[in-house]
Amino acid sequence: MSEKKYSKKHEWVSIEGDIATVGITNHAANLLGDIVFVELPDKGKNVEKEGQAGVVESTKAASDVYTPVTGEITETNKSIVDDPAAVNKDPEGTSWFFKIKIKNKSELNELMNKTDYEKFAKENPN
Amino acid sequence: MDTQKTALYNYHKSLGAKFVPFAGYEMPVQYPSGIVEEHKATRSKVGLFDVSHMGQLLIEGNENLVIELEKIIPTDLKKIKLNQSKYSFLMNKEGGIYDDLIITKVEKGFSIILNAACKNNDLKIIKNALRSKFKLTLYDNLSLIALQGPKSSEILEKTIRGVSSLKFMNGNKFSYNGRDIYITRSGYTGEDGFEISIPNELVEDFAKRLVTQGVKPIGLGARDTLRLEAGLCLYGHDINESTSPIEANLKWAISKRRREEGGFAGYNKIKSDMNGSLTRLRIGVKPEGKIIAREGVKIFSKDNEEIGLVTSGTFGPSVNQPIAMGYVKLKFSKPGTKVLLEVRGKKHEANISELPFYKKNYVR
Repeated sequence: MSEKKYSKKHEWVSIEGDIATVGITNHAANLLGDIVFVELPDKGKNVEKEGQAGVVESTKAASDVYTPVTGEITETNKSIVDDPAAVNKDPEGTSWFFKIKIKNKSELNELMNKTDYEKFAKENPN
Repeated sequence: MDTQKTALYNYHKSLGAKFVPFAGYEMPVQYPSGIVEEHKATRSKVGLFDVSHMGQLLIEGNENLVIELEKIIPTDLKKIKLNQSKYSFLMNKEGGIYDDLIITKVEKGFSIILNAACKNNDLKIIKNALRSKFKLTLYDNLSLIALQGPKSSEILEKTIRGVSSLKFMNGNKFSYNGRDIYITRSGYTGEDGFEISIPNELVEDFAKRLVTQGVKPIGLGARDTLRLEAGLCLYGHDINESTSPIEANLKWAISKRRREEGGFAGYNKIKSDMNGSLTRLRIGVKPEGKIIAREGVKIFSKDNEEIGLVTSGTFGPSVNQPIAMGYVKLKFSKPGTKVLLEVRGKKHEANISELPFYKKNYVR
């Protein structure tokens, strides 16, 4: 069974063994509006917790996507690069951004569970 | 300074609008259905835009006013007919643009629609140029709404009889609930449409009536994607005090007589730009991939020479691809020229493109 956690930068992480799948939350997708461009990190790239690991753009503006955990990018979801609008349709499901090999599992403890994240998102709407 | 609200603020709020501060006003940027749907609804049916933040200026006067105004506005105000509108500029001495505007000949003189961010400064400039000889009124008791899209005429005719017979860039006085309103057939979307100047106390009732008939409320977000597809300039971005109308590829907006005779602020620059000293030109750019080049992105030639800058860029929902406008050195301005756009440190292939990106659909 995978475990799902959330970051203060509005990313979700689903953990299976030492691999984390990362995407942006429903809340973030809603806030961005119509997503028209996605840029993903290169496979094999090492990224640091809260470091930039992708870009999403709506008609209005560009925003960085951050990785909630440190590690190596093992896979990226090319389908959302071809069809960025898919991110708005299923941000927390099929429209994940990348998979990452977790370097330090203790970083996961700093992330929120669903209830805490929903509360956080309500209090920090932007 | 406190942010101001238009008379439709509460109505926008009731429709679930998201607001952004714009030129000192709290303006709706989008409604719950989102920018892309609002954009497409305007192209396929009809959308309603609150543009009450824009300046509505009346200058009262006759032949003498024409003489004075022609010194700062390069349109042929001698030839303009009653109720005819022209796109023009408020020019500075260096040939740059203080503001772009729509000027309409009305019974009392001229009515001018100004950009929200510029209107107070424009008023000072115009007052100064006219040396207090004419009465100027910048109305804060009037709202301005735009109805845009292929169904706008059919819809508006139900409420305002006779409006569908207006020709493009022409206006007239009409009446609503016993009050005078002024409507021009014009807009900023590349679609057929109208701009309606109406007293603040009537505007909510009027807007609700249109929305009940199926008109979709549209925010500033879609207003921007629509005008960019239509190749129209946004003041402060695509044109400003240091761009001449010739550089901005807006020569058509300077009347023929004025191009030949001059007699307006900045004419020396205009004249030399027209006579071979032009060095840069406003162009359209289409990236080859999905990358979006926004304002400030540098444009390079194929040989990596820096040749210009993007001034506006977004994703165009109707053309279904990223689009941008900007300035490049003249010799790279021909449509089809291959260029590179530097976005987040990487160069991406793109082509200089004809403007508009989206074919206009005006009724003439």
